[in-house]
Amino acid sequence: MIKINDLHAKIGEKEILKGLSLEVKAGEIHAIMGPNGAGKSTLASILAGREDYEVTAGQVDFQGEDLLELSTEDRAREGLFLAFQYPVEIPGVSNINFLRTAINEIREYNKEEPVSAKDFMAMVREKSALVELDSKLASRSVNEGFSGGEKKRNEIFQMAMLAPKLAILDETDSGLDIDALRIVANGVNKLRTSENATIVITHYQRLLDHIVPDFVHVLYDGKIVKTGGKELALELEEKGYDWIKAELAN
Amino acid sequence: MSVDLNSTPLFFSELKETILPLSENEKKNSISFLNENKLPTTRNEAWKYTRLAKLGKSKFISSNSELESIDQYNIDPSATTLVFVNGFFSEELSSNDCPDNLTWSLLSQKNKIEETISDESEYFNCLNSAFLVEGVELNIADKAIMKNPIQIIHVLNGDAIISNFRIVVNAGKSSEASIITGFFSENGDSQFSNVISEINVAENAKLTMDKLQYETESTFHISTEKVKQARNSVFTINTATLNGGLVRNNVVVDVDGENCNTHMNGAYLLKNKQHVDNHTLVNHNVPNCDSFELYKGVMDDKSTAVFNGKVIVHKDAQKINAFQSNGNVLISDDATVNSKPELEIFADDVKCSHGSTTGQLDDEAIFYLQCRGLSKKSAHQLMVSAFIGEVLEKFENENVRTYINGLLKSRFNWDYVS
Repeated sequence: MIKINDLHAKIGEKEILKGLSLEVKAGEIHAIMGPNGAGKSTLASILAGREDYEVTAGQVDFQGEDLLELSTEDRAREGLFLAFQYPVEIPGVSNINFLRTAINEIREYNKEEPVSAKDFMAMVREKSALVELDSKLASRSVNEGFSGGEKKRNEIFQMAMLAPKLAILDETDSGLDIDALRIVANGVNKLRTSENATIVITHYQRLLDHIVPDFVHVLYDGKIVKTGGKELALELEEKGYDWIKAELAN
Repeated sequence: MSVDLNSTPLFFSELKETILPLSENEKKNSISFLNENKLPTTRNEAWKYTRLAKLGKSKFISSNSELESIDQYNIDPSATTLVFVNGFFSEELSSNDCPDNLTWSLLSQKNKIEETISDESEYFNCLNSAFLVEGVELNIADKAIMKNPIQIIHVLNGDAIISNFRIVVNAGKSSEASIITGFFSENGDSQFSNVISEINVAENAKLTMDKLQYETESTFHISTEKVKQARNSVFTINTATLNGGLVRNNVVVDVDGENCNTHMNGAYLLKNKQHVDNHTLVNHNVPNCDSFELYKGVMDDKSTAVFNGKVIVHKDAQKINAFQSNGNVLISDDATVNSKPELEIFADDVKCSHGSTTGQLDDEAIFYLQCRGLSKKSAHQLMVSAFIGEVLEKFENENVRTYINGLLKSRFNWDYVS
């Protein structure tokens, strides 16, 4: 699905990713954990195409395409989805209208017919139920006046609508209470198939109780320094990141 | 007395004095004003940001012309339509029937044109009086509830055409009506519409004006709406400026009766080298009135916009609520806006606010939309529609909104998403 090889990136003069490699196959869930400042969100931003970062070395292969050569929108159209850590409020732009535009532009890119109004509304009803998002919220301005939990559920609702091949959830658990966490995780689990993959970026282990990863990676100082199964997350929870730092120092 | 043609050639030197039945005083004073004064320059506070040099270098002619049809300008097909080409009335293109509660007449057919509207110290007002081609007076009967709007379509046709044109509206007591004015141009460059509207809103009347401007990028358009509101009346003017080279709109509202509501909304979308200047003035002369003003613009390329909104709350006009807001989005680095909201308050028990913002589209929001698969262009379009939509929604007439959407589609190739 995606193969990241020796990725180096900087913002301004500051090097943030220092040779990150990672491969995710279809059907897999990978968790990327790590202390603040390790480069977790930078990785998500670079994969989505944010222009603030400069990639200085390395490659990213996404289903045979050179991901870094694609525009942000073409990455989305190829099936990459980023659930934002801080979803943006866009006053006046309705969630539904923008999603219909998005879906139709993605379809056009894939040389498919636009979605009919009827099918689209049926989809909205079905997918908003998946994350228990009030359909009234679904038709309001994008994230405007939404609570923290509603914003995150809206991210997963959009993910459900767009049905990406690879979803990157950037700190989706931040700011969520336990109920919202369960709803969000439940939505993600229901969307899981053998054809798609998920990268869960998180600081804490608790989300991984609900979204069970196949692999857990520790990102530290711009690199993946340790990879293990889901038990690694528990170990990190118990021992903290200092343990990793100490291990690396030796 | 006549216009002195021996001095330096002037942009109006080809024009003939009006033959309309204006008062001798008005004619005489206007012509002498034009002889004694030059075009306002940017040293004149009212024209500080709008340069008229190019207009002054042009040479305009007045001439009647015919159009095949006005299908493409028919903003609201349900309306009673009056069509003017180069300022001249076109009977064949206008509606044949007229609702019972409306009477209208051409100013050329009147015995005398009342002198109520002239402002003999304002250049374009004098120009209008001196060379007035035609005009129309609409009288809406007392208590009339007009089901369909009245639509005045003004089309410029031919090179260097000037139209000095007038609209007079008398909205009778307790009447309810809406008027659409549409300004278009075709087949020619360097045209000039110089329009004055006088609007009298009687007691308890409710009048809405929807004004659409869609001339060409080489057209000059200067128009002034002078509004007088009697007590308990509601007046709304919605202006959409979607094309035009140099456009200046003056809206002056005198609120002369208590318990009035005044609404002024304007949307302007500019590109290339367009220049659009909206000047508004509300005079709150009496207590217990509310006024609301919302103007929003989107400027691309090297276009420039000017907003000057002034609210004067006169002495003893207590309990006034006056709200004014102007928002601008600059899409290109070369676009500019000069926004100046002004409040002058001489009463002490009033609630007034004004605000002006100028910014760019939110990059974070655009990135967010692109991350969902929208092209940058679609993302811009959605954001611009959301921004300007707040004003376009004020056009309550659905046919007008649909027509505006069509113009946006043809000029900017995007659909306004409501």
